[in-house]
Amino acid sequence: MEKSAFKALLVGICLVLAHAGASAQELTISAAASLTNAFQSVGQAFEKARPGSKLHFNFAASGPLLAQIQQGAPVDVFASADQATMDRAAGGNLLAVDSRADFAANALVLVVPASAVSVPQNLRELTGPAFKRIATGTPAAVPAGRYTEEAMAQAGLTADLQPKWIYGESVRQVLNYVARGEVDAGFVYRTDAMIEKDKVHVVLTVPTGSRVSYPIAAIAASKQGALAREFIAFVRGPQGQAILERFGFSRP
Amino acid sequence: MFTPLWLTLKVALLATLFAGLAGMALGWWMSRRRFAGHSVVDAALMLPMVLPPTVLGYYLLVLIGRRGLLGQYLDAWFGINLIFTWQGAVIAAAIVSLPLVYKGARAAFEDVDPRFAQAARTLGATELEVFVRVSLPLAVRGIASGLMLAFARAMGEFGATLMIAGNLPGKTQTLSIAVYEAVQAGNDAQALWLTLVISVVCITVLVISSRLLQARH
Repeated sequence: MEKSAFKALLVGICLVLAHAGASAQELTISAAASLTNAFQSVGQAFEKARPGSKLHFNFAASGPLLAQIQQGAPVDVFASADQATMDRAAGGNLLAVDSRADFAANALVLVVPASAVSVPQNLRELTGPAFKRIATGTPAAVPAGRYTEEAMAQAGLTADLQPKWIYGESVRQVLNYVARGEVDAGFVYRTDAMIEKDKVHVVLTVPTGSRVSYPIAAIAASKQGALAREFIAFVRGPQGQAILERFGFSRP
Repeated sequence: MFTPLWLTLKVALLATLFAGLAGMALGWWMSRRRFAGHSVVDAALMLPMVLPPTVLGYYLLVLIGRRGLLGQYLDAWFGINLIFTWQGAVIAAAIVSLPLVYKGARAAFEDVDPRFAQAARTLGATELEVFVRVSLPLAVRGIASGLMLAFARAMGEFGATLMIAGNLPGKTQTLSIAVYEAVQAGNDAQALWLTLVISVVCITVLVISSRLLQARH
């Protein structure tokens, strides 16, 4: 009896190992937090179009995603929400040659809670007393925060707004702060605002110094180079672009 | 550099103070009384230690958030807003470290021979005098070790604090959150530096407090 239990255990271990060995078609994709819903949808379409493949997504702000890749995280594809983060990856020779391409564009918007009493007509009104707390991403790690910083500098509001900032770890946290009404206003992407349509109200599109564009690239250390490039082609192809458009992204 | 350190010490000290007072009172009460649901109350008091900090943070957000169950009244009646303030960080840290004081204090009070208290009472001591002059001095060691652990836990508090107090440099950015942000931003040199600071401070605190405890006994 004990022997057969032992055999069953062995068989079980073999099955688990065999399963782990069958990961030939698996892809790990680190993608900017603002891509969460769109990429999950693109991923499902890709898995359907390419039977046998399995995608794993890792969503966070672009900064920490890059830090993970720099530390050797087993990532195959990286999609960031700004060019600066991808430039840093390229500078560290982390990207597979010629795999980088822009695949989508977005816009920074100013949002307020849907129930807000005071709604600013322009950026300057944010300096008024009705807006005590304004959320954006941590500029050092979150592209949306960096775009915001640029835009505020352009509008000459940097000093006036300094004491009001509440920094989120990712653009989705900023969205959550606004949706909960914990802050009076916040800066997120147009596509994020669409997700919480009922809870946040878009006031205006913020002119940013650099265009909000999303680059994607295969990681040099990936063992799934071919599949990684296939996924990138899919994202940039008609099916991928149609899904991204449905989630509010525009063409690169 | 020194702002997060100072803020961390301030938050941890105040959190330990509140957790200490509440933990001692609850430990005393739970060690003396037996009632229906005693073990349920005990489990509830230990909950902050076993719950994931994010769950605790979410509870607090729902409770004291600007539109939270309690928070909306704090805001409407007193204009008090705890989210994104260092006071909010104190609340988070006090709650996570409460079980450590409570558990230590309760065990220490239970170890005190009830005959000492009885003897004091027969000599005419009031309940307060019994507590301050008999039970507390006899239990002080267990309470002190609970306080020490609570302080260390409060200094390291991260998850619930990040959810409640956010990450505002100079206002709510404690050492643990500053380390997190430095790593997120890929700023390894600063992360390492901050890590060293927090390690040295923690070791110093633990060594000093264990010295103090030894000196007393």
